[in-house]
Amino acid sequence: MFGITSYGGYIPRYRLNRGAIYGANAWMAPGLIGSASGEKSMANWDEDSLTLAVEASRNCIKGLDKSKIDLAYLASVNLPYQDRQNAGIMSTALNLKDSVESADFTGSMRSGASALLAGINAVKSGDYNNVLVAAGDRRITKMGYLHELWAGDGAAALMLGTENVIAEFKGSFTVTDDFVDHYRGLGEKFDYNWEERWIKDEGYSKIIPKAVQGLMDKTGVKGEDIARFTTPCVFGARTINAIAGQLGIPVDKTMDNMHSVCGDTGTAHSLVMLISAIEDAKPGDKIIAVSFGQGATAMLFEVTDKIADHKDRTGIKATLADRKEEQNYMKFLSHRGLLSQDWMMRAEASWRTAVTTLYRNRKMILGMVGGKCSKCGTDQFPKMEICVNPECTAHHTQEDLEFSECDGKIASYTSDLLTYTLDPPAHYGMVEFDNGAKSLFDFTDNETGLIDVGTPIRMVFRVRNIDKERGFTQYIWKAKPIVSN
Amino acid sequence: MADGIKDKIAILGMGCTKFGERWDMGPENLMVEAFEECLEDAGIEASEIQAAWYGTCYDEQGTGKGATGLGVTLRFPYIPITRVENFCATGTEAFRGACYAVASGACDIALALGVEKLKDTGYGGLPAIDAHAGPLNGQVLPNISAPGAFAQLASAYRAKFNVSKEDLKRAIGMISVKSHANGVKNPKAHLRKAVSIEKMLASPIIADPLGLFDCCGVSDGSACAIVTTPEIAKKLKANADLVSVKALQIAVSSGVELGHNSWDGSYFSTTQQASARAYEEAGIKNPREELSMIEVHDCFSITELVTMEDIHISPKGGAIKDVMDGFYNADGQIPCQIDGGLKCFGHPIGASGLRMLYEMYLQVLGRAGERQLKDPKYGLTHNLGGFPFSNVCGLTIVGKYEG
Repeated sequence: MFGITSYGGYIPRYRLNRGAIYGANAWMAPGLIGSASGEKSMANWDEDSLTLAVEASRNCIKGLDKSKIDLAYLASVNLPYQDRQNAGIMSTALNLKDSVESADFTGSMRSGASALLAGINAVKSGDYNNVLVAAGDRRITKMGYLHELWAGDGAAALMLGTENVIAEFKGSFTVTDDFVDHYRGLGEKFDYNWEERWIKDEGYSKIIPKAVQGLMDKTGVKGEDIARFTTPCVFGARTINAIAGQLGIPVDKTMDNMHSVCGDTGTAHSLVMLISAIEDAKPGDKIIAVSFGQGATAMLFEVTDKIADHKDRTGIKATLADRKEEQNYMKFLSHRGLLSQDWMMRAEASWRTAVTTLYRNRKMILGMVGGKCSKCGTDQFPKMEICVNPECTAHHTQEDLEFSECDGKIASYTSDLLTYTLDPPAHYGMVEFDNGAKSLFDFTDNETGLIDVGTPIRMVFRVRNIDKERGFTQYIWKAKPIVSN
Repeated sequence: MADGIKDKIAILGMGCTKFGERWDMGPENLMVEAFEECLEDAGIEASEIQAAWYGTCYDEQGTGKGATGLGVTLRFPYIPITRVENFCATGTEAFRGACYAVASGACDIALALGVEKLKDTGYGGLPAIDAHAGPLNGQVLPNISAPGAFAQLASAYRAKFNVSKEDLKRAIGMISVKSHANGVKNPKAHLRKAVSIEKMLASPIIADPLGLFDCCGVSDGSACAIVTTPEIAKKLKANADLVSVKALQIAVSSGVELGHNSWDGSYFSTTQQASARAYEEAGIKNPREELSMIEVHDCFSITELVTMEDIHISPKGGAIKDVMDGFYNADGQIPCQIDGGLKCFGHPIGASGLRMLYEMYLQVLGRAGERQLKDPKYGLTHNLGGFPFSNVCGLTIVGKYEG
């Protein structure tokens, strides 16, 4: 048996009320009202497709033996680098073993499903035993049209393997079809979109049935056998139900496209929906997961009784619950870089990244690996040549110790309105970890007045700075205060 | 065993510019202004200066790297000059270089000069930390500002001593009220306006809980000292009172504060160490009883509050009471920032340590005008650079030379 062995989800904490988008744009596009209900997930300024995928991956692999992961795929159409393997950054952030194989999947909304299928085939080949597939998407749209309302940010990650399978892979069928519902040429910031009616009628409503029918014919599964039919589709329940109807799948088995709670998370969305379906499934449930984009891929999974072991895992449901409403559309636009604001001279500081320095310190900077002194046992971050314990100061006694999953609490803090940040005020301070180590970090996903000395934190992998002059994104681990909503 | 430099150094003369937004002056002009006063006070010719230490922190805002900024500006004839930089403790570092040179016998007369030209930055506050932080810090340093870094003290101090936000805010407010009151009497001070506690508490927040009036002035300025041995000073200034150095200590963070949980974030380890060593060097047993006046590094009001404990004058957790009791006011037992402090005299980084010394020097010699204290014996300067979690503390104690 082979298939999905674990899952993890991540929907960013902030949710932009669509009424705020509609209110600002109704004067030019009153027709938006039809899609203006609910809220869309909104990555913080320091989150991108890569960091979203890292967070989902952490949730997916928590408690598992990371050293066994032998293949890591990352999918997104909004990756921070065109030429620097993004999956490699993810592997370093997750502190996977050096001998892991890795690849990026991109170029289509379907690439999340393509990565999943490639991962499954890798397991099937027998050459790989534990495969991590992550998809993350921080979506970029122009202001003031339906795509802005539809799109949400999010990520999903799946572990694939042969042991402790929670959803067995039963087969797949793909149709490749250069149907140009939208496209983004090289160097372009935004998608160019064709008419929605054509996309709905000639795209979704014809290509998806072709793929699913192919899957049914191949696997012998019938429409009435299906417990969950998941397919991202911005046109909503009417279209999805009509597609299900064509295939003999009862309409009560179709899954909501999550427009009201987070929106369509792009490359990640087929996996986000699949995880949502698995979270609610019982052993024996058959799930068809579809992904649309220049064709369609349909996959069939059957949930096993091992699902019971994953009830506490952070999938989509739990991450949706860590929620803070945002009403400020201007702030959303600002974080996306869609406004020309005067950030004053402090914003001019130039940070060229010395990649030699980054490479030497990659485990510390990207992987949050600190040290444990083999002589006195003191845990410390960062790891340096000489032990930080003033009673020890032994040389060259530091053994690698991963800090990213260490719990801790705030030891000191401020909210700073002077320093330049895209999300003022900046929060930062000392964190004391439960293992006794202490260090200074930026805080993120925090609002003034919520924290105090003693507030628990979780470390998260985030964008530190984007060097716009040179196109380089720096990453760092920050402390996210765990605060009640 | 080394016995320190107590009474081995006499201050022959000092100079200090008016601090403030000196739009019409560059660093070179400021240096000349301070140096001319100093030279006249010392009563010597420039050519008698045998070595110099030049303190300036933000070289990208001032005269650039190296010591030529001083040598060329003051037209020194090829004498040895060293440029020093040690964050905001740069001024004391320059003074230390000059004192040690004279105490070692390497030269007879040396100059320590500090200068900073901050108002060419283009914005308020200190220059942003950017690429100058170095290639590693440039990738890992949290997005801090000076007020934000020092504001950390407040949260940790409150947690440690179970102090309410309101009580702490009021106490640090009173610290600034006191310094503003003192600054009014100082013609060279940048800010010369008394401020009420109500206005203090209502000032806009910069980095919680520090408001605008909890932050010191960002100023242009220069200060300098000419030092020599007491023997030479007595010859040059027969029958005049002399000010000698009783102690001069510097302590630098070991990284414990930044990475070891033995530090709780509410105090300065360096200041505790440097002050204890300074008292020992000066032979001071009980600083609360023996010190006459102090100038501490009040870059932010909260810094002054915790420093009162770190220099072993207020008991641990007792600084708020001393502040509220007026212990550090001009008419209190140990006046603090009698010249207005960094808060009101201003804070041109490289000059500040020497500016503190300038006031102690004037006070000991009875030359402090309207703000003169009665018969001060020992004056302490506390000059701190960096951040609470990683810093440099320079401390001096000066007094009348009794030899």
